[in-house]
Amino acid sequence: MSKLDSKIPEGPLKDKWTNYKNHIDLVNPANKRNIDIIVVGTGLAGGSAAASLAEMGYNVKAFCYQDSPRRAHSIAAQGGINAAKNYQNDGDSTYRLFYDTVKGGDYRAREANVYRLAEVSANIIDQCVAQGVPFAREYGGLLDNRSFGGVLVSRTFYAKGQTGQQLLLGAYSAMNRQIGKGKIKMYNRHEMLDLVLVDGKARGIIARNLVTGEVERHSAHAVVIASGGYGNVFFLSTNAMGSNVSAAWKVHKKGAFFANPCYTQIHPTCIPRSGEYQSKLTLMSESLRNDGRIWVPKKMEDVKAIREKKIKPTDLKEEDRDYYLERRYPAYGNLVPRDVASRAAKERCDAGYGVNATGEAVYLDFSTAIQRYGREKANMLGLENPTAEKITQLGEEVIEAKYGNLFQMYEKIVDENPYKTPMMIYPAVHYTMGGIWVDYNLMTTIPGCYAAGEANFSDHGANRLGASALMQGLADGYFVLPYTIGGYLSNEIRTGKIPTNLPEFDAAEKEVTERLEKLINNKGTKSVDYFHKKLGKIMWDYVGMARNEAGLKKAMDEIAQIREEFWKDVFVPGGMNELNPELEKAGRVADFLELGELFAVDALHRNESCGGHFREESVETGGEQEGEAKRDDVNFKYVAAWEYTGNPREAVLHKEELTFNDIELKQRSYK
Amino acid sequence: MDLTLKIWRQKDAKSEGKMETYPIKDISEHSSFLEMLDVLNENLVNEGKEPVAFDHDCREGICGMCSLYINGEAHGPDRGVTTCQLHMRMFKNGDTIYIEPFRSKAFPVIKDLIVDRGSFDRIQHAGGFISVNTSGNTQDANALPIPKPDADKAMDAATCIGCGACVATCKNSSAMLFVAAKVSQYSYLPQGQIERKERVLNMVEQMDKEGFGNCTNTGACEVECPKGISLEFIARMNREYFGASIVSEK
Repeated sequence: MSKLDSKIPEGPLKDKWTNYKNHIDLVNPANKRNIDIIVVGTGLAGGSAAASLAEMGYNVKAFCYQDSPRRAHSIAAQGGINAAKNYQNDGDSTYRLFYDTVKGGDYRAREANVYRLAEVSANIIDQCVAQGVPFAREYGGLLDNRSFGGVLVSRTFYAKGQTGQQLLLGAYSAMNRQIGKGKIKMYNRHEMLDLVLVDGKARGIIARNLVTGEVERHSAHAVVIASGGYGNVFFLSTNAMGSNVSAAWKVHKKGAFFANPCYTQIHPTCIPRSGEYQSKLTLMSESLRNDGRIWVPKKMEDVKAIREKKIKPTDLKEEDRDYYLERRYPAYGNLVPRDVASRAAKERCDAGYGVNATGEAVYLDFSTAIQRYGREKANMLGLENPTAEKITQLGEEVIEAKYGNLFQMYEKIVDENPYKTPMMIYPAVHYTMGGIWVDYNLMTTIPGCYAAGEANFSDHGANRLGASALMQGLADGYFVLPYTIGGYLSNEIRTGKIPTNLPEFDAAEKEVTERLEKLINNKGTKSVDYFHKKLGKIMWDYVGMARNEAGLKKAMDEIAQIREEFWKDVFVPGGMNELNPELEKAGRVADFLELGELFAVDALHRNESCGGHFREESVETGGEQEGEAKRDDVNFKYVAAWEYTGNPREAVLHKEELTFNDIELKQRSYK
Repeated sequence: MDLTLKIWRQKDAKSEGKMETYPIKDISEHSSFLEMLDVLNENLVNEGKEPVAFDHDCREGICGMCSLYINGEAHGPDRGVTTCQLHMRMFKNGDTIYIEPFRSKAFPVIKDLIVDRGSFDRIQHAGGFISVNTSGNTQDANALPIPKPDADKAMDAATCIGCGACVATCKNSSAMLFVAAKVSQYSYLPQGQIERKERVLNMVEQMDKEGFGNCTNTGACEVECPKGISLEFIARMNREYFGASIVSEK
C-alpha cells in the first residue's frame, strides 16, 4: 500500500459522509472518560474541537500561547462565513457550494472533503445561532446574507465586520462551559515545542509554560494540531504577531507529511505598507468589494499628479478612471476571487499606475455605492427632490451601518476619511492553503495525530474563497473530527493512562531543552527580528505573488544561508526560566527558516500556475485568456506531500493523485 | 519625533517594580504605539539589554491582548481604539510618555507591562455560555426569528474584546461593564432565556470572588472602552440581577 492513503469512502459523492458516519467505530461513554485528547490551538478549529470532544465525554487538554483561548487569531476574521442554506432563494445548494469551492481552488482540492464541507456548512449556522452568536438579521427577524468573491449567490452570513470574533466567542463559550465542568483543562500561555511518539503513535507533547519557562510533559491518546497557518514566514502579513508554524513544523519533523506549502493566499484588499517600522499589515474585508469599485487612473500624468498631491483622486472624471477588474472580468467584476484580484492589482502597479508614494496601491472607491444607497433610502423615506448633500449623507449612513468598523479602522491607520476619498489598498499575505497532509479522517501520516483548520491542507486547493476559512475551521472542529477521531480511539480503550516517564518523553524533552539552551547561550550580535525581516523580504520578492525558476533557486540558497547565519549569530536576551518573548520569537523564526526553504522547493517543483501559485513560465499566450494563469492538469493534478529527511531541500515528494468524478475540469474563467 | 519614555519594569510577579526612563529618537508619526515600542525593544536588544515585555497579538484592535496604561489612560489618549491602533500622531515631538500596566488587584502583574487577566476567563466559566451541545440536529437557524433591534443590541454587547480597559480605568477596579456585556448579549436573545437567571447570579458571584470592586456609575469605563460598550448594559445587568435574586431558589 502506498504511504498516502486518503481513505476516501466508497460510494456516490453525496452519500459518502452519511454512509461513513453510519459505519464508523464508536467509543462507549464509559470508555470516553478514560481517554485523553490534546488540542493545540484554540481558534475556530481547535476551540470547536475541544468543546465538542469534551461534550462527548473525552478528557481534553487544550493549549494556546495567548493569555486566553478567546484571543486566537480567528477572532480577526471580518467578512463572514459561507453556508449552503439558500435562504435567499438564489439557486444555492450543497452541490453549488462544493462546485464553487473546488473551482475557486483551481481544481487542486480533494472532492470528497470539499463535498463534506459543503454538506455540514448549514449545520454550522444552526449550531452558532443556538449558541447565541448574533448574526446580522433583516427587519423580519431572519438572517441576512451578503456576497463574496468567486460566486454568483449570496450565501455569506455575517456579524458586522466582526464575524470571526463572534464565531470564536461562540466556540469559546462552549469551551468555557466544559472548562467550568472540568472536562477541558485549559493551558493558557503554553507553547507546544514537540510531539512525542511512542511505538509510532502520537502519545503526547512537550510544552513550555511561557510564564515560568518550565518545560512540561503532557500525554494523551491522540493529539490534534489546530495551530493555524504560516503566513508570518513573510514577516509582514495579516496574521497576528504570534501566529507561527512551530506546532505544525514539529509534527512534520516527526514524520507527518507537509502538503502544498507553496499555496499561499495574497489578499487583494489590505492597507498598503507605509514604512520600515511596520510590524504587520491590516486587512480590509473582502466584503467591501460588494460595494467598492477598484480603479487606478487611466493616464500616467494623472498618476504623477496624484503622487505629487497636485490633484485628488476625487478630481478625476469617470472616463479618466480605469476600473480594471470590471474591464477585464465583466462577468464577476470587482468580485473575482482573491488570487485574480491580487494579480490584477500587481499588474497595474508594475505597469506604473500605483497611486501612492511607493507605487504599490490602488483605489477602492465607495462613491458609486454611496450615491446608489442614498437615492434608495431617499425613496424609502418618501423625500421628494432630495439635495445632493442629503443623498450623500443618507448613503454614507447605509455604508456606515454595513462597514462602520472597517472604515473606522482604516481612518485610524491611514488618517484619511474613506467616506470622502477612496481607500488605498494593496495585496498582502493572508492565508495559507497548504499545511499538514491529512486523510479523509483529518489524520496526518502519524497515527493518532490529527490536523484541523488552516493547519491542514485539505479543502481549499490552491486558492481559498472568501468566507470559507471560518466554515472549514468550524466544520473540522464541530462536525468532522469529533466523528472521525472515534474510529481511531475505539482501538485505544484498553490502553489505559499514558505515563509521561517513558524514555520517548525523556528524549523529546531533552531535545527541546537543548535547543532552548542553544538559543539562549548563543550570545550573537543580531536580533531575532533582523533575521525574520531578512527572510520575509526574500519570501516576498521571490516566493510572493509571481514566481520563476531563477528566483526560487536564489530564494532556496539565500534562506539556507540566513538559517546558518541565524544559528551562528542570533542574540536572545534573558533566561530560559522566565517569561521571555524574545526566546519565544527565536524558536518560531528558527522554524520559519526551515519551512521557508521547503516552501520554495515546492513552488519550484510545481511548474504550473494554479490558484495563488503563479509561475511566470506558465501563462496563457493567446486567445481570450491571454496573460491569465495556465494550469497543467496533465502533469500537476496532484497533492504534493513532502516527507522530512533532515534538510528541507532534500524533502521527499509523495504524490496524491486527485480524481474528479463529479466535476469537470475547466479553465477557471471569470470573464 | 524624539520622545522620553517612562516605563514600568518589574522582573516577575514577586519582585518589586519601578519606573525606568528611556529616550527614543526618530519615531515616525505614522507608526503605531506598539511599533514605537518595537523600535525601543530592537534598540535594547542591540545594546544587549532585556527588552520591555508587553502583551500584543493581532495588532488590529480585536484580540484584546494588548493593554497598557498610557499617560494615565487605558489604551492611551485616542478614543475608540486599543493600544495597537493608537498612532504616534497623537503625540508631539519632545513629549514624555508614561507607560504602565493595567492596574487592579484582580489583574496581578506577571512581568513589566504584562498582567494576568485569568479572572475574566473564570467569570466566563461561571456562566458565559448557553448550554447547547454540538449537534447536527439543532433546529434551523431561521426557525426562531429575532427582531432586528434585539439582534443589533445583542451584537453591540457581544463586541466586547475582554481587554480589561474598563477595570483598569475604574477607580473601584470594577468589572461590571465586562460582565454586563455578556449577560446583556444573552438576555436579548431567545436562546439565552432558559439560563437567564442563573447566569447573572453565577457570573456576578464569581466577579465578586475575584476581587473586582463595585460600580459607582462614574462612567469612566464607557469612555475608555475601545469598543464603545454602553453603560446602559450595566443598568440592564442590575435589573437582571435584582429580578433573578428575588425569584431564584439559589
